[in-house]
Amino acid sequence: MQSPHQTTTPELERYASLLDEARQIKGTSLGKDAWRRLRRNRVAMLSLLFLGTLLIVAALTPLWPLQSPIEQHLSLGETFQPPTLASTQLGLIGLEGDEYDQRFGELFHKRSFFDHWLVHARLAIFGDWCVGSWCGTDGLGRDVLARLVWGARVSLTVGVVATLVSLVIGVSYGATSGYLGGRMDNLMMRAVDVMYSIPFIFVVIFLLTILNEDSIRLQMRDWGINQIMVFYLLIGAIYWLTMARVVRGQVISLKNEQFVEAARTIGASRTAIIFRHLVPNLLSIVIVYLTLTIPSVMLFEAFLSFLGLGVTPPDVSWGLLANDGIEVITPVQIYWWLVLFPGLALASTLFALNFLGDGLRDALDPRMKNR
Amino acid sequence: MALTLWIVFTLSFFLMRAVPGGPFDEERQLSPEQQANIEARYHLDDPLEKQYVDHLWRAVRFDLGECYKLQDYTVNEVIAEGFPVSASLGILALMFALSLGLTAGTISALYRGSVWDVAVMAIATVGIAVPNFVLASLSIILFVFILDWLPAGGWGSIQQLILPALCLGAPFAAYIARLTRTGMLEVLSQDYIRTARAKGLRERRVVMRHALRGALLPVVSYLGPATAGILTGSLVLEKIFFLPGMGTHFIDAATHLDYTLAMGMVLVYTALLYTMNLVVDVSYAIIDPRVKLD
Repeated sequence: MQSPHQTTTPELERYASLLDEARQIKGTSLGKDAWRRLRRNRVAMLSLLFLGTLLIVAALTPLWPLQSPIEQHLSLGETFQPPTLASTQLGLIGLEGDEYDQRFGELFHKRSFFDHWLVHARLAIFGDWCVGSWCGTDGLGRDVLARLVWGARVSLTVGVVATLVSLVIGVSYGATSGYLGGRMDNLMMRAVDVMYSIPFIFVVIFLLTILNEDSIRLQMRDWGINQIMVFYLLIGAIYWLTMARVVRGQVISLKNEQFVEAARTIGASRTAIIFRHLVPNLLSIVIVYLTLTIPSVMLFEAFLSFLGLGVTPPDVSWGLLANDGIEVITPVQIYWWLVLFPGLALASTLFALNFLGDGLRDALDPRMKNR
Repeated sequence: MALTLWIVFTLSFFLMRAVPGGPFDEERQLSPEQQANIEARYHLDDPLEKQYVDHLWRAVRFDLGECYKLQDYTVNEVIAEGFPVSASLGILALMFALSLGLTAGTISALYRGSVWDVAVMAIATVGIAVPNFVLASLSIILFVFILDWLPAGGWGSIQQLILPALCLGAPFAAYIARLTRTGMLEVLSQDYIRTARAKGLRERRVVMRHALRGALLPVVSYLGPATAGILTGSLVLEKIFFLPGMGTHFIDAATHLDYTLAMGMVLVYTALLYTMNLVVDVSYAIIDPRVKLD
């Protein structure tokens, strides 16, 4: 009788060689493939570059040699100045202790520890020197360029945070609905349908005014919730509908795939299947919708700030800046820089985001593969 | 529709009542008698359930109650005053968006790859990205103050509506142009267009009658979201151009905490949006014979 060992040796070798062969074949992941295609799309790459730069500039705002975004210069020759290249001084060098803190407060209002550190770095690198008012000054003599960069911070944060909120809600809702299927799915999607026909901007404005009520504001401050956080949550909470629909569709087509079956066989719980196995597979479609949601969220923020219901001073955002510019449009004197530069900042960012979203969609669409 | 409206109504009603401070306890301290008088006048002293039922019953009969802040005005009066302004602005903007978008999209598809195509699509891309209030302010500077062609704002003559309607409609025109171009390109390569050409129809007729109809479908389904966008946009443009429309009143109501007015307007906007979506669905069925209405 032959020992089983003898028969398996050649088999083992065969498997080993097969494995070797398999190792030599380099697979391309979806990510790599998409990245390759995205790189060929020049407009999308340019947008990506632009957005990356903008992100860095906004994140490290206090590091740049800019003037103060909030300090007012009310004497006659300093308000409504057209763009100029002449540089100015910040007046922070040489101050110590309380004097420094007071001056810092005048220049930047209250800031986080990180920002303090950045200001220190800036003083070490550039000293007191500030670039001139390249974008002019506004009616209170504040430098528009500095306000734009500080505004970029707020506008981008709103865009990203609110979109993430909508992402969390949309993906969980859509994935749950799609995976459960049947009556539950039906019910959840009808709810989405109903919400689609509610004009949310009006509801949000209504809500914001209620939340702006003094007593409520105080109450919320006691709870440690500030205005801008509510703002993020509210905006995020209304932009998840489309995401939920898209995710649901994708989940329905995925849930009968073998890997889900396999997960179910080894006894994975429903929650685990949804969040561990299905959600990662939604990544590509979610990324595309993310890049397309951010611009609409940013636009919405600009809208609300423009109407005086969003970001409140001393914070600035692009919408607020555009509003400042529009309020001083008069036939007597045209302060074009107050309108043009905030508009340009907003438009170019939205532009880049739209292009990047389109590019990503093309790159991640499997039908475009190898083309 | 009734369900949606009811949800919006209930939600806003209880939010409104959940606020501890009312619109009347701000500026100066009222004597208890005055307070009681006001509460009696606006039925704020009734129990909550009764208020809710009363309010709902009146809303069902299209009576949205009295404004809290605008003395001697009912919500209905304010809406009746603002609606014509907003409606004419919105309709004008929509007409402009449709006519310009369809024309530009068709031209761009017919002369694919030409200078016209590239130019139209470039403008359309810019048009989608530029927010309408930026567009509005720049065009005020250009057309009103530099060129002096049009008045800057106000309500009364058709000239005063042109600029706001253009600015309101522009992003939608751009989007419609893109949709039309894509749809048109797809339709033009289909067999029935070849058949129509083979029958010897003139090119004009092929495009206008056969191709456009097919290309119209995505545009029509876009009209629902477009209406919502126009309603939203009118908030901002009415403010910029000083138009006394619903949007202006809504913002005023919101900033002055005039809850009944704001709530009434939210209801009206919901109804409007819903009606438009319904109209879009119906017209979809008219244009595309494959779609059946249930």
